[in-house]
Amino acid sequence: MLKTSEIAPCFPILQNKTIILVIRYLFMILLAFLLFGIILLISGKDPLQSYKDIFTYTMGSAYGFSEVLVAMIPMLLTALAVALPARVGLINVGGEGQLYIGAAFATFGALTFSSLPAWLLLPIMIILGMLGGALWAFVPGYLKSIGLVNETITTLLLNPIAPKIIGFLIFGFWHSPMDTVKTPNFVAAARLPTFFGTRIHLGLVIGLILLALFWLFMKYTRWGLEMRAIGNNAQAARRNGIPLKKYLIVVMCIGGAIAGLAGMSQVSGFYGVLLLNFSLSLGYMGFMVSWLAGGEPLGILLMSFVISVIITGGNLLQLTRGVPYSVINLLLAFTVFVVLARPNLIKGKKV
Amino acid sequence: MTLLAIFGVISSAIFSGTSLLYTTLGEVIDERSGIVNLGLEGVLLVSASSGFAVTSLTGSPYLGILVSVLAGGMMNMILGYLVISRKANQLASGLALMFFGFGLSALIGKSFVGTKINSLPRLLLPGLEGLPRLYTSLFKFDPLIYLVIPMAFLVWWLLFRTRWGLGLRAVGENADIAYASGRNPHLIRYQALFVGGMLAGLGAAQLAIAYAMNWTEYMTAGRGFIAVALVIFSKWHPLRAIVGALIFSAAVAFQLLLQSSGVQISPFLLDTIPYLLTLIVLIAWGGNRKHSAPASLGRVYQGSE
Repeated sequence: MLKTSEIAPCFPILQNKTIILVIRYLFMILLAFLLFGIILLISGKDPLQSYKDIFTYTMGSAYGFSEVLVAMIPMLLTALAVALPARVGLINVGGEGQLYIGAAFATFGALTFSSLPAWLLLPIMIILGMLGGALWAFVPGYLKSIGLVNETITTLLLNPIAPKIIGFLIFGFWHSPMDTVKTPNFVAAARLPTFFGTRIHLGLVIGLILLALFWLFMKYTRWGLEMRAIGNNAQAARRNGIPLKKYLIVVMCIGGAIAGLAGMSQVSGFYGVLLLNFSLSLGYMGFMVSWLAGGEPLGILLMSFVISVIITGGNLLQLTRGVPYSVINLLLAFTVFVVLARPNLIKGKKV
Repeated sequence: MTLLAIFGVISSAIFSGTSLLYTTLGEVIDERSGIVNLGLEGVLLVSASSGFAVTSLTGSPYLGILVSVLAGGMMNMILGYLVISRKANQLASGLALMFFGFGLSALIGKSFVGTKINSLPRLLLPGLEGLPRLYTSLFKFDPLIYLVIPMAFLVWWLLFRTRWGLGLRAVGENADIAYASGRNPHLIRYQALFVGGMLAGLGAAQLAIAYAMNWTEYMTAGRGFIAVALVIFSKWHPLRAIVGALIFSAAVAFQLLLQSSGVQISPFLLDTIPYLLTLIVLIAWGGNRKHSAPASLGRVYQGSE
């Protein structure tokens, strides 16, 4: 293993902490690709050519790069939905379920108020989506706040229920005349606007703004300070007069609302229709991104970019090299393994 | 509704509940040593696919089961390296293991989709020989089903009646004190993960080789997560895990029964019954939960330098 601390004295540049961090991250990604190359080789594909494809596509072409950004949108939001509750010590593994319910609520808005103009319809859908996610997170938050059931387990248990409710709604009420596994396409007014002729939609802007707000909120507001106090020692915070129960419920609901927003932005910005099982584990990916980033906004941005490059590149390999999509999960897992195996690199991360 | 339909439902509940119980037992061992394994879904998938592949290639289901069991243990070793040696976050490592399992199992199982295999022999439940043929065919179970209850008792004996189990539980409660009294927390946690993974592998083998007798991607359908919930439901106790798995399978059976009797409820909503029921029972039992959770569950043992 490369130990930068050992070779650092020889190169003055290596004493800069940021550069050490960057070198280590690059090294870790390299290691992940090496591991994946072995898998590709075993399955009879040329790894070098595959990697070249991935990079020329995702970094070398404007369209490919835009696709990476598109893939980033739900991940930014679901990671934030984990990072925020984590600040008060809540572990939200329920992003997946909250995302589905948010999407269902937003779809309800899109189908019911389809005659409204976009400037009115979209805010309604956003609010509905956030409401749905918040509702799904309220149950775990409330049960935790009264000390009954651990939120990790309730959020996990609520995950498989959400897509079944979606199935019920689609089959029972919302399915399009042609197809029973999805709703009719949304009207144009119910679609988030896209930019530059690509599939990048308003969700990216919303995600980046929320990320910045999260940072400002935690650093400069009273509530952020109190949340950090709860995260460090909940009982001490409670004895100092911070309303612990209220914080646990509200923060959990806000986390859920952000995950619900991710669901809304997927159906409204990306698909334009509500599909059965559309999420493909986005909620769980958000959880990993958030932990890899140590819950820090910049880290979330970086890690969701890396994961998105992998997924977008994987989609390409699936098309051009006939690599089965689920193998992309391997590259994803290797990357996360390698990063997780070096937890001391991420500053400020508490295990 | 006929008696036959009810028996059919009970029989299928037993078949699907068995793999769940094995998996839950494995997770009980993991968590008693202080490690949450959220990647159980991936462990199950890799075990199921590798066991199925070996059964299909060699024609021997016993060899397949052996490979499944070992694969389960090996998968948990990956988690062990991350969370024990590298001191990484357990939940995130577990989810990464899940994605790893999704990918690896698809790669292993790709060329075995739709293949037929020799399965385990199925033996009639003793005492039911007098029943008509139509009924007896429902109560022919594979050996792994008969073994699951004894296995729960074996796990109970291991955890609560052996020195190894005592050390394991001590590490789960407080690794520092266990270290001070001469145990090796790292080693014990690795052992717990390996044994737990082997049990999960047995559950996966029952699912793929004995019950479904085929391989499809994501065939575990959330069993791993259910097992994690059932562990808490059973308050980290292997014998209560039997009850947990029974209740969950009964809920599944009840839902199948409602469907087969033509009740006009969406199958999607019926599918949520087992999860809702588990949630409700958890809430009902929630009050004294704190006293039974391993005290250092999820914490990293930093070691004593």
